[in-house]
Amino acid sequence: MTGPSMTTAPAVELRNVTLAYHTFVAVKDVSLSIRKGEFVTLLGPSGCGKTTILRSIAGLVQPTGGEISVAGRRIDNVPIHKRNIGLVFQNYALFPHKSIFDNIAFGLKYRKVEKAEIARKVKRALDMVRLPGVEKKLPSEMSGGQQQRIALARAIVIEPDVLLLDEPLSALDANLREEMRTELKIIQREVGITTIFVTHDQEEALAMSDRIVVMNKGEIEQLGTPEDVYRRPETRFVASFLGQSNLLPGRITAIADGQARVQLDGGPEIIAAAPASARAGAAVTVVVRAQKVTIGAGSKAMPGKVISASYLGGTAAYFVESGGIRLQSNATIDERVWREGEAVGITINPADCLLLDEKGDRLV
Amino acid sequence: MNAVAESRGLGWRLVQVFTVLVYVFMFAPIMVVVILSFNDSQFGGFPMTGISFRWYAKLMENDAVLRAFQTSIIVALITAVICSALGVLGALALVRYEFPGKEWINTILIAPALVPETVLGVGLLLLMRWAEQPRTLWLLVLGHIMLALPYVVLVVQARLIGIKRVYEEAALSLGANRIQTFREITLPLLMPAVVASLLLVFTISFDNITASMFWRPSGVETMPTQILSMLKVSISPEINALGTLMIIVTVGLPLIGGGLARYLARSGR
Repeated sequence: MTGPSMTTAPAVELRNVTLAYHTFVAVKDVSLSIRKGEFVTLLGPSGCGKTTILRSIAGLVQPTGGEISVAGRRIDNVPIHKRNIGLVFQNYALFPHKSIFDNIAFGLKYRKVEKAEIARKVKRALDMVRLPGVEKKLPSEMSGGQQQRIALARAIVIEPDVLLLDEPLSALDANLREEMRTELKIIQREVGITTIFVTHDQEEALAMSDRIVVMNKGEIEQLGTPEDVYRRPETRFVASFLGQSNLLPGRITAIADGQARVQLDGGPEIIAAAPASARAGAAVTVVVRAQKVTIGAGSKAMPGKVISASYLGGTAAYFVESGGIRLQSNATIDERVWREGEAVGITINPADCLLLDEKGDRLV
Repeated sequence: MNAVAESRGLGWRLVQVFTVLVYVFMFAPIMVVVILSFNDSQFGGFPMTGISFRWYAKLMENDAVLRAFQTSIIVALITAVICSALGVLGALALVRYEFPGKEWINTILIAPALVPETVLGVGLLLLMRWAEQPRTLWLLVLGHIMLALPYVVLVVQARLIGIKRVYEEAALSLGANRIQTFREITLPLLMPAVVASLLLVFTISFDNITASMFWRPSGVETMPTQILSMLKVSISPEINALGTLMIIVTVGLPLIGGGLARYLARSGR
């Protein structure tokens, strides 16, 4: 190899990876570079290709095109058992007929590690996932959360080049899921292992990741930090998939002082911060998060009417109508909960509005 | 209200009586054979004249019977081992891999279970004639494998579908190759089905008479053909003793095996 040395090579690199079944293209020309120690999440709805990418890296499916490298070594032609990859499944996949010790020791056995060393490593792995002393138990004697920790220990103990997590939290109940989320992140930090995490749960993705790859229909929609993808969605899909947003089609009527006046289709006018590439007369979609739509008794605000209101404790979710368009608003409750049918004033800060062009890409 | 309860009581009583009658109908002949095998009388029928084990003792001195028993056991054992191994491999291919013509091969594997045994018996015999092969014990084994293979494939397939693929995927990702994965993960999880098919094949082979009559080499008798030829001469009480032994083998073995399989399945979970 004449390329970059091992230390500067990305931990995982995908170059133009494509995977097609007959006519269905599950993954379309995906390129991605992951740094050593990074926690990257593949996020998207089911069928977006995120699991297929994970399984391609693991070697469980064969891409029909492109290259995959791990730790500077091309692996897409290497059989799965020679790839040195840690894999954790949604349903744990602990071997039901083997004790916890034998489960964790399984990978070490095939790496020709000495017996005494295996025992030491298994013990250390169990300490790491905070389940010491369970070596002799069978998987069926443990709870779901415990089983998932054992599965994590089994994957990490072989010191893989990359840890692949396929929706590992989705089989757990809500409370446990949050606890495991924190713990998984702590362990990943401690071990410093490069991790690729697949989920359809945006909260998990936002809470755990260094970077998020938002996917749709086999393609990468956006790649960025959690804040990037949440606050500055680059496409219509990302804007609508993450959080609750209002997507309002309209046309720019005028631009002045860095602000664009947008005439919404069949609705009122709205003022949005104007990016440099915004032009008067262009068809755009205004994106505004539901939390950024505030409603109150204001008089100079946009007049509207409450269509429905759901009380959620600290916040309330409203649908309000204004001049023929419908807006979603999730607001903290300051004064009181507005009732259905009440007349209110809607306020939207121009700085909270993003503009998408006709193709659905964000104007910059 | 009371009348309803009463008529339901009567109906229930009828169901009970009928159930007992069905069981009597099914098991009385078997019981008769077992009971008469201990009959002291010269004749293989009622009335009982006393209890004795003389027919069992006489059986043990009957060389033809012992030879037939030995033949049947050997054929059944060899058939069970080969057939189970083939069946496991076949089921693995059908459940775990995709290949063209899979549906066809599946159907063809199951087909011998649907074809009348007489047809299979004549067919294999004609094939061997055409190939100018002598009738040896191996032909008998081959035939029994053909008869029992569909059942093995079905039993193993059913279990294999229940074994999640992720176990194998996890083993592969941890560094075991395909053969090691099969040995360490798939086969142990498949063990109850393997034990079940060994027993099933043993019983099918040990029991078989129709096809065996076509396939056995001349001068060689299996247990069922031996009994048939003994019946042609006379109904000796020895046959009752022999029948009882057959019942013990063909009923006892699956019972033991079933218990073993259940034990393996439980400890395997």
